Amino acid sequence: MSNLIATDITKRFGGLLAVNKLSFELAEGEILGLIGPNGAGKTTVFNCLSGFLTPEEGSMYLGGNAIKGLQPYQICQMGMARTFQIVKPFPTISVFDNVMVGALAHGTSLQEAKSMSQDIIESVGLRKMRDLEAQGLPLPLRKRLEMARALATRPRVLLLDEVMAGLNPTEVDEMIDLINQINQDGVSVLLIEHVMRGVMALSQRMIVINYGEKIAEGVPAEIVKNPLVIEAYLGKEFLSAQG
Amino acid sequence: MLKVNGIDVYYGDLPALRDVSIEVHEREIVSVIGSNGVGKSTLLKTISGVNRPRKGAIHYAEMDITRTRSSRIVEQGISHVPEGRQLFPTMTVMENLEMGAHFQKAKKAKEALLEEVFTYFPRLKERLKQEAGTLSGGEQQMLAIGRGLMSCPRLMMLDEPSLGLSPLLVSTIFDIVRQINDQGTAILLIEQNVYHALSMSNRGYVLENGKLALQGTGQELLTNAHIRKTYLGL
Repeated sequence: MSNLIATDITKRFGGLLAVNKLSFELAEGEILGLIGPNGAGKTTVFNCLSGFLTPEEGSMYLGGNAIKGLQPYQICQMGMARTFQIVKPFPTISVFDNVMVGALAHGTSLQEAKSMSQDIIESVGLRKMRDLEAQGLPLPLRKRLEMARALATRPRVLLLDEVMAGLNPTEVDEMIDLINQINQDGVSVLLIEHVMRGVMALSQRMIVINYGEKIAEGVPAEIVKNPLVIEAYLGKEFLSAQG
Repeated sequence: MLKVNGIDVYYGDLPALRDVSIEVHEREIVSVIGSNGVGKSTLLKTISGVNRPRKGAIHYAEMDITRTRSSRIVEQGISHVPEGRQLFPTMTVMENLEMGAHFQKAKKAKEALLEEVFTYFPRLKERLKQEAGTLSGGEQQMLAIGRGLMSCPRLMMLDEPSLGLSPLLVSTIFDIVRQINDQGTAILLIEQNVYHALSMSNRGYVLENGKLALQGTGQELLTNAHIRKTYLGL
């Protein structure tokens, strides 16, 4: 069963066709990677799915319900949460209170929201930082906080926008473990990522876009050998540098 | 050409760097690696005079620049391409490049410097009148490096130039850094892309918790067991 379905979505910025008739499905329990060159339209796809932008054409369904034209908070309430490439915590409140904002999005009782926030903070490994101001966290932990805030809204679909950028390979491995754990807890994940080590390890399938159009779709092992993908995205050095 | 000697740097009461010493020689590529938050960016900011050390000294080309103001340090030949590019988003590509040449000597050489930048990044020439904020991530990084070149540096410091770029663009950017180095500019590089960085470096330093933990040639560090486990995830 598909959790999220996008059919022929098109988004223009003036004369620029940012997303061009893009279709894909995210199955229940799946991790789907979305890759492509800088400026290919990946984040625009996220902005359309999460209601920050409305595509001019096409349709989008979350768990069978049409979401095109809905506001971001409505889509969030229906079970889809996202993170931002440039992390956006409330800088001067604590890690705990940042997560509380997400937890209270559904009109949960204060007590319930508190206990849920505490659980999420522990699951993403921020227990020791719970009472620190968000702005004082180093980048890898700010990325975790960004995920914790999204998870606190109890999503069935999570959109992750470059949560591994700026992490070293060891930190990337820790992030892979965390995303796998979230996925095993029943959350489907759509993942935008340039860190191939991460996206290859996590994705069951990948789609590749360039100039807003899908140029390839398949399992990771096929994708990295696809000549179109090598030409537009990976570069010829990629395969040789994998060893 | 650059000697950082035993510097301590604090943010308020918080120590960020303790007793850190590094050197960059003429024409070298030197990498500083370490986890996030260990003080790598602080080190570059201290060299370029944005932060001041509480202890220790920084010498460049036989001059003490420990207390020299940033604008003067740029004029002396150190340029800093900061993390996250830090362009002027509502200014055009051309205006951003001009901001890199904002002192007498560079202004005079502006035309030649622009030509040099366009040889490395022909893409920028096509987009001279476009606002920097509307460029793609890769083009923004090209512009940040281009702006850094406009002060005609003898030492260029690059803070995570591969951040958020596609694999193809990462290779392109590193190739260009190598070319800039071939033309005689020394490079001090911070990268999370540890493998790429050490492969192209003459020497490297490893920072852990604000202190120097290891140093060696690029090859020595690449084969070091601790580095492979902690930073390369092998």
